[in-house]
Amino acid sequence: MSRTSFRLALTGLAAGLSLALFQPAAQAAEGGFKPPQLSWSFSGPFGKFDRAQLQRGFKVYKEVCASCHGASLVAFRNLSQPGGPEFTPGQVAALAATYQIKDGPNDQGEMFDRPGRPADRFPSPFPNEQAARAAQGGAYPPDFSVLAKARTYERGFPTFIFDIFTQYQEQGPDYIHALMVGYEEPPAGVTLLPGQNYNKYMPGHLIAMPKPLSDGQIEYPKGPDGKAPVPETVDQYARDVAAFMVWMAEPHLEARKRMGLQVMLFLVIFAGLLYYTKKKVWSRMPDGSPAR
Amino acid sequence: MSGHSSYVPKTGIERWLDARLPIIRLAHDSAVSYPVPRNLNYLWTFGGILVFMLVAQIVTGIILAMHYTANSLMAFNAVEHIMRDVNYGWLLRYLHSNGASMFFVAVYVHIFRGLYYGSYKAPREVLWILGVVIFLLMMATAFMGYVLPWGQMSFWGATVITNLFSALPVIGETIVTFLWGGYSVDNPTLNRFFSLHYLLPFMIFGVVVLHIWALHVVGQNNPTGVEVKNVQKDTVPFTPYATVKDIFGMVVFMILFAWFVFYQPNFMGHADNYIPANPAATPAHIVPEWYFLPFYAILRAIPDKLGGVMAMGGAIVVLAFLPWIDTSKVKSMSYRPIARQLFWMFLLVCIGLGYLGAMPADEPYVTISRILTVLYFGFFVALFIVGLFERPKALPTSIADAVLASAHGGSAARVATATAAEPNVKG
Repeated sequence: MSRTSFRLALTGLAAGLSLALFQPAAQAAEGGFKPPQLSWSFSGPFGKFDRAQLQRGFKVYKEVCASCHGASLVAFRNLSQPGGPEFTPGQVAALAATYQIKDGPNDQGEMFDRPGRPADRFPSPFPNEQAARAAQGGAYPPDFSVLAKARTYERGFPTFIFDIFTQYQEQGPDYIHALMVGYEEPPAGVTLLPGQNYNKYMPGHLIAMPKPLSDGQIEYPKGPDGKAPVPETVDQYARDVAAFMVWMAEPHLEARKRMGLQVMLFLVIFAGLLYYTKKKVWSRMPDGSPAR
Repeated sequence: MSGHSSYVPKTGIERWLDARLPIIRLAHDSAVSYPVPRNLNYLWTFGGILVFMLVAQIVTGIILAMHYTANSLMAFNAVEHIMRDVNYGWLLRYLHSNGASMFFVAVYVHIFRGLYYGSYKAPREVLWILGVVIFLLMMATAFMGYVLPWGQMSFWGATVITNLFSALPVIGETIVTFLWGGYSVDNPTLNRFFSLHYLLPFMIFGVVVLHIWALHVVGQNNPTGVEVKNVQKDTVPFTPYATVKDIFGMVVFMILFAWFVFYQPNFMGHADNYIPANPAATPAHIVPEWYFLPFYAILRAIPDKLGGVMAMGGAIVVLAFLPWIDTSKVKSMSYRPIARQLFWMFLLVCIGLGYLGAMPADEPYVTISRILTVLYFGFFVALFIVGLFERPKALPTSIADAVLASAHGGSAARVATATAAEPNVKG
C-alpha cells in the first residue's frame, strides 16, 4: 500500500466517520427539543446543594408530586442528614409523625397503622403498580428515588467528549425542569387522545401526566421582608424540585465531591514527587555511569 | 532472560527458609533483580496498572458482595442500599463500576502497545495468547457484573447477549437455556451470573500469574523490538528503575480513575440502568457498555445472526493467531513504514466501530459498520501480505545503541534514519 492510497483510504474513512458522527444531532432535532442547560449549585468539582432550594423542592414534592409519585428508597431521617436539605431532627420527627405507616403484624396477628418515625421510608401513594395504573388511566407515575439519574437526553458527538472535561452531568435535572415548563398546546395536526398531553421536551411529545405545576400554586416560606426570596413560578418550582430529586438520587453527592478534591490534591502532589524520584533514579545506570 | 539468581540470604532465618521454600528468592528474582530493557516508554507501565486494577476490582468487589443481594426482586434496591446506607458504599460501588471501565481503558492501551511494538512475535507467542485469554475472561466478567444491579440495561443486555448463543446450530438453544437457568432471563440467571462474576476474577488472577511467568521467561519486548544482547548495557534491574516508573504511571492513571469516580461517576454508564429491570418494557436502544461497542458493531454489521456471532467471536479470536498472521520478522512498527500506517488505520477503525456500536441499527450506520468490519479483518490480511514485501528501516544494533543515538542530538539520529530510509522510497 503506497502512501497515496493510504491517504485516500484515510480520507474515505474520515468522510464516512464524519457522516456517521454528525447524524445524531439531526436525529435529535427531529425527536424532541434539547432541554436548556441550567446552572445548578451542585454542578462542578466544588458543587454543593443549596439547602434552601432543597427545602423548597421538598415542599413542591410533598404538596404536589407526592400524591402520585413515591420516593420509596428515601427515609425521613435522610432529610436531616448532612449534605441534604438539613431540616432539624425535630422537624423531621414532627414531619414523619404526620404520616400513617402500616406496620405489623402485632401480637394478635393484625396489621395496624401507626404514626411515622424518622427511620421510616416515605410511604408510596399507591400500594402497587397495578393500583397506580388503575388510578391513573393506565399510566404509571415512576418512583422519584433515583429518577434524576434515570432520565437523560442524547448529548451527541463531540459534546459528550467535552462533558468529560466540563463535568457536565446534569442531563437529569435539566430534563426534569424542561419537562415541567414544556407543556404546550399541541401543534396543528396533532390530535390528543383522552389522557394525553402535549409536552415539547417529552420524547415523542405525548405524556400522560397533566401539567402538574402552575404559577403561585405553592406558597414558599417568606423572608424577613414578608416576601418569598424566590419567585413563585413554574420555572422556579421546577428548578427546586429537580434539585431535590438530584439529592434524593445522589444523597452523598457533597461528600463525594469533597473527598474527590482531597484525593485529587493528594494524587497530584504524590505524582509530582514520584516524577522527580523517577528522574533521579533514572539519571544513573546501576554502575554509576550517566544513563544517557 | 532469567539468568542465575542473584539473591543472597542475609539472615539465618532467610537461609533456613531459602533451603525449604525459596519464596523470597522468587520474589527477589522477579521484582528486584529482574532485568528490564532500559528503553521502555510509559506504555510499558500499563502492565503494572492492570495488576493494580485487578486487585482494586477484587478488593472492592469482595466488600460489595457483603452488602449485595442476588435476587431479582431485591438486587436493584440492594445496590441502592449500598449507595445510600452503607458507610462509604457510594465510594465502593463507584470505584467498582468505574474500575471496570478503567480496567478496559488500560487493557486496550496494553493491547495496542503490544500490537504496535510486535510484542506477540517469537518468542512471546504464548505470552500473547495468555493475554487474549485474560481479555476474554475480562469481557465475560464485566458483562456478568453489569447484570448484577438488575436495571433495565442489565436485564436487556443480558437478554440480547445470551440470546446470541441460540444462533449456534443444534446446541444453541440448550446452551441458552443452561445460561438462563430457565426459559428467560430471570432470578436463576442473576444467581448464576453473580456466582460466576465472583469466580472469574480469580481465574483471571491465575492466568495473570501465567502471563507474568511467561513474561519473565522470555523477557520484555521494547520499543526497538531488538532483543537484549548485553544484560549489562541493555537492561536495568527492575527495582528501583521499573518499580518507581511503574508506580508513577499508576498514580497518574489513578488521577484519571479518581476524576470519574468522584466527579463523573455515571458518565460511563447508562441512565436506563437506574430504572429497575422490567421484562415487559424494552428500552428504546439496547446498548452494551462502551468497551464492547466495537464488537457489538461487528455483530450487527452482518445481516445473518450466526454470521454476526461468528464475526464478533472471530474479531477477538483472530488476535490469538497474530503471531503467525504477521509475516514480518521485524517486531517494532517504528521500523515498518507500511505496517505502521496500517496500525493507525486499524486504531481509527476500532474507534469508528465503537462509535457505530452505540448508534441505532439504521442507515447510514449499518453500511458504515459493514465497511469498517471489512477493514477490521482487512488489517490482518494486509499485515500478512505487507510482511512479505515490506522493506523495514535499519534497526539499531542494540538497545544501548538506540538509547545513545536518541540521547546524542535527535537531529543526527534523524539524518541517519532519513538516509537509511532513502533507498526504501526509491526501491
